[in-house]
Amino acid sequence: MNSPASKSALPAHPAAKAGGGAGEFLVTRLEEMVSWARKNSLWPFPFATACCGIEFMAVAAAHYDIARFGSEVMRFSPRQADLLIVAGTVTDKMAPVLRKIYDQMPEPKWVISMGVCASSGGFYRAYHVTQGIDEIVPVDVYVPGCPPTPEELIHAILELQKKIASGEKSRDGRSKKFAAEQTS
Amino acid sequence: MTVAAEPALSAPAERLRERLASAPGGLRAEVADRDLPTIEVAPEAWPALARYLRDDPGCRYDLFLDLCGVDNLKRPGQKTRFEAVVHLHSLSRNEHVRVRVPLPNSDKPSLPSVSDVYPAANWFEREAYDLYGFDFPGHPNLHRLLCHDAFVGHPLRKDYAPGQRWFFAEEDLRMPAWSKDTDVRAGHFETQTISIGPSHPATHGIIHLVARLDGERIVRAETMIGYLHRCFEKMAEKHHWNQIIPYTDRLNYVSAMINGVGYVRTVEKMLGVEVPERGRLVRTILSEFTRIMDHCVCIGANLVDIGALTSFVYLYQNRENVYDLLEACCGARLTVSYVRVGGLAVDVPDDFVARCRGLLESIPKLLDDVEKLVNNNRVVRSRLSGTGVVTKEQAVAWGMTGPMLRASGVPYDVRQARPYDFYDRFDWDVAMARDGDNFARYLVRLEEMRQSLKIIRQALEILPAKGPVNSDDWRVVLPPKDAVYHDMESLIYHFKLVMEGVRAPAGERYEWIEGANGELGYYAVSDGRGGPYRLKVRPPCFPNMAAFEHMVVGGTVSDAIATLGTLNIIAGELDR
Repeated sequence: MNSPASKSALPAHPAAKAGGGAGEFLVTRLEEMVSWARKNSLWPFPFATACCGIEFMAVAAAHYDIARFGSEVMRFSPRQADLLIVAGTVTDKMAPVLRKIYDQMPEPKWVISMGVCASSGGFYRAYHVTQGIDEIVPVDVYVPGCPPTPEELIHAILELQKKIASGEKSRDGRSKKFAAEQTS
Repeated sequence: MTVAAEPALSAPAERLRERLASAPGGLRAEVADRDLPTIEVAPEAWPALARYLRDDPGCRYDLFLDLCGVDNLKRPGQKTRFEAVVHLHSLSRNEHVRVRVPLPNSDKPSLPSVSDVYPAANWFEREAYDLYGFDFPGHPNLHRLLCHDAFVGHPLRKDYAPGQRWFFAEEDLRMPAWSKDTDVRAGHFETQTISIGPSHPATHGIIHLVARLDGERIVRAETMIGYLHRCFEKMAEKHHWNQIIPYTDRLNYVSAMINGVGYVRTVEKMLGVEVPERGRLVRTILSEFTRIMDHCVCIGANLVDIGALTSFVYLYQNRENVYDLLEACCGARLTVSYVRVGGLAVDVPDDFVARCRGLLESIPKLLDDVEKLVNNNRVVRSRLSGTGVVTKEQAVAWGMTGPMLRASGVPYDVRQARPYDFYDRFDWDVAMARDGDNFARYLVRLEEMRQSLKIIRQALEILPAKGPVNSDDWRVVLPPKDAVYHDMESLIYHFKLVMEGVRAPAGERYEWIEGANGELGYYAVSDGRGGPYRLKVRPPCFPNMAAFEHMVVGGTVSDAIATLGTLNIIAGELDR
C-alpha cells in the first residue's frame, strides 16, 4: 500500500504533527489504520432473546439497513464475531449461556447492551431476571429504550465506532462490578 | 351487540349437571354457574372426571386449554389454600368449561396427573409443579419447566418474595436422563445426542432442543424452555390493572396490540364496562394489522431459516409500514401499550383512516410478491411440504389452537366461534387447510393475512368519523385533563384511579380472543383491590411447543428447523 495515510480516508494522527520519532510514527499509524478497519467492519453476534430482537431485525432489514455501517455480517458463531449485541431480557437461566458466548469470542471484542432489560433488568425486578448483563459481561455501550428504536441502535453502533477509532482497547473479561470490587 | 356464549349461562350449566349425574359409577362433582359453567371436584376424582368430560358424547370437551394453580393464602374465605383450575373447550359443541380442584392443605399439595387423558396437560402440570409445588402422581416427567434447575421454592406462592433470585451455573442444568446413556443398536453406528439452542440462529428467541440422532434422523427429543421466564404472573400480582398493560405487550411482542386487547377485555368484563363502538372498532382494526405483522415475521423468519432471505425483506417492509401507523397512534412501534381498561390511551390521529387505506393498498402487493417468490419455489416446497405433519386428532390432543389447528383441518377460530367486538358483522372466512404440514401452515397464515385485510376494509366503512373512544365511567377511565383541573369530583376520580387503580369486583373471569397464534386466554382472580390477585395467561404457543418434541421424531434435523419456524414460537409468550 503506497500511502495508507492518504488524506481522504484516515484522520491525521496527532503524533504526525508533533513530529514524533520515525518508528513511533509508523506503529501508531498502523494501529489507527487497524482501528479504522475494525470500526467499519464490525461483525455482530445477535444475542436476541426477546422483544428487542424484533427491533434488531428491523435494523437488519431493508428500511434501516445496518449494512450502511458495515455491520450487516451477522455471525451466529461467537468465534467469528467481534461485536456482541445483547438484545432482550437475560434471565438467570440464560446468564451462563451469555457468559460462555462472550468467552468464546476472540479479542478484540465489544458489547452493546440493547434495551433496558439487558442494561438493568428493566421493569422485570423479579425472581428469575438478571438485573443487567453487566453482572456477567463488560458492556461498552448501553442503549436505553423498551425496546430502543432502530435509530437508537444505529446511534449505539456509531458511538462504538467512535470508541474503537479513538484506539480505546476493549476491556478485559471482567465485569464492571467485579473490577470495582477488585480495586476497592 | 350480543356475544354468543354469554347470555343464559345457566342452561349449559344445568345440562352439565344432568350429564354428570348420569355418569356411570357416579361422579361426585358439583356444578356452579360463574362466568363459565364451573365444576368442582376432589383431586382423587379428577382423572375419572377428565376422562368422562373428554369421552362422553354429551360433553366432548376435547381441547385442553389451560391448567393453573391459585394460592389462596391471602384470600380468606376459600375452602383450601391451594386449588388447581382447568379450562376445557368442546370443539363440537363450542363451549368452554372450568374445573376447579381444591387441594387438601399440605406442604406438597397433590392431584393425579391427567397427561394420559389429555397429552396437552403434560407441560401445564409441569408448570404448576414448578411455580406452585403441586405434585402430580403419575406424571411421566415431572421436572421444573420455567425456572432454572438450581431454583429453590415455588415463586408464585404468595409467601415467596418477588425479587428472591437464586444463582444458576452451567453445571446445574438438568439434561434429560436418556441423553446421558449411549444407545448402540445392531447395524447402526453409535447414536449421538446434540443440543440445538438455547442460543441458535433458528430457535426464534431462546429454546433448547436436546435431540438424539441416528445419522441425520432424530430418534428422541426433549424441549427445554424457560430461558425467557420473566415472571409476568408474579409481576402482575404486584401492579394495578392498568399498570399491567405494558407487561402484556411483552408477552407476544410480535403482536403486542392483540395481547393488550385480550387483557383489557377480561378486566372490562369483570367491571361490566362497555367501550364505545368507535373504540372497539379501532381496537379491531389495529389488532388485524397486528395479526398481519405477526404472520409476516413468522413466514419471513421461517423462510430465512430454510435459506430464502429475499422474502423476509419484502415481508418486513409490511411491518415497517404498519409500524408507521402504530407510531402515529401511540408513539411506539413495537410495544404499543395503546389500550386502557375502558378504551384507548388516546384517540387516533386525524389521518387514521387515510393511513389505513394506504396500507390496504400497499400490503396486498407485497403479499403477491412473496407468493410469487415462494409458492412454486422448488426448494421451499421440498423443505415444507410433507414435513412436520400434525394430524387432526394429534392437533386436538396436543391442545393446539390458531393457525396450527386450522392447518390440520379443524376450523376453530375464536373470532368466528364466539364473535367478540364486531367480528360477526363482517363478511370473512376462516382460513383452513387439510394437510397439516409446514406448507399448509404457511398457506393458512398467508390466507389469514388476506382475510384480515378484508376485515379491516369493512371495519373502516362502519368506523364512526367522530365520537368517544373511551367509556365515560370515571371510576374506570381517567376523566379529561381539563375537568381534572377545574372540577373537584373529577380530580378525586383521577387521584383514586392513579393511586389505587381500577377496582374490579371480587371474583374470577376467563376471557379469550383469537391471538395471532391461537386462543389467547386470560384467567383473572380479583379480591376487590386495585390489581389482580392472580392473573394467568393461556399462551397459545405453549401447547404448540409442547408438541414439538413429538413432531420432530423420525424427521431430520433440517426438518425440525423448518417445523420450528411454522410453529411461530414467541419466547415472551411461551415462557412469560
